[in-house]
Amino acid sequence: MNHLTDLPPWAAILVCGLLLLGAAMTLIGSLGLLRLPSFYDRLHAPTIATSGGTILICLASMLCFAVLQSRWIFHELLIIFFVTVTTPVTLMLLGQAALYRDRVKERSDVPRKPKPAAEPGSE
Amino acid sequence: MRAWYPYPLFSIALFLMWLLLNQSVAPGSIVLSLFLSTLLGWVMVKLQPSQSRLRRLGLMAGFALAVAADIIRSNVAVARIILRPRGKPANTGFMTVDVDLENENALALLACILTATPGTAWLEYDRRQKSLLLHVLDIDNEDLWRRTVKRYEAGLKEILE
Repeated sequence: MNHLTDLPPWAAILVCGLLLLGAAMTLIGSLGLLRLPSFYDRLHAPTIATSGGTILICLASMLCFAVLQSRWIFHELLIIFFVTVTTPVTLMLLGQAALYRDRVKERSDVPRKPKPAAEPGSE
Repeated sequence: MRAWYPYPLFSIALFLMWLLLNQSVAPGSIVLSLFLSTLLGWVMVKLQPSQSRLRRLGLMAGFALAVAADIIRSNVAVARIILRPRGKPANTGFMTVDVDLENENALALLACILTATPGTAWLEYDRRQKSLLLHVLDIDNEDLWRRTVKRYEAGLKEILE
């Protein structure tokens, strides 16, 4: 950790700003999980943490270690890429499962399954 | 070359990923990543993904920039909605949009983009009726979301179909 004192002031300020902003985004995402009322609403909250939070924190990490070791560092880009590509899959599965469950329970605030086009007006 | 690398883009991506993970361009890691990208390219043949040709790299870059801008904007918007006082809850709801995409890869990309953007979540796509069921956090701007999805659809069609 003592190496961090070698960081020049401009980089330290920039890294700090990015880190704090990313942490704030992640916190807001978690707060959303706590505060939003319905399950479908809560689907939206984690994406703030994964898009905004992860990207900002990874940028801070790239900048910090690039300046310290005075070379370009790119492997945080892989973290950003994989997090952005994989989170939606989980969220879609959760959303579909919730939709299925609510339709079986015949809750009224959930849209009906669209009728197949082959038999219009058979009822 | 096609026989060795049935999915050239996939193999190139794997090759670059391995080098990035190791953070070295030493001969050893280059040989290993060449080996891996060739081998896994053959594994992909067994999976038989539907193949689409990427055209117009300039268009792709423009599309990616537009998506990034949208994600930043909706990050701020959703953060605002979450931090609202309890007395004023967000007006959320379901909406359906007609999306006419045949290409599987384009559909997958659209699903990832829409779900990765805070504020919109992809729930269901009906292939026969070509309608997409979305859940949005801010249903008051339904027209805006509809236009955004339409814009993505047009962009993906140009790039992939």
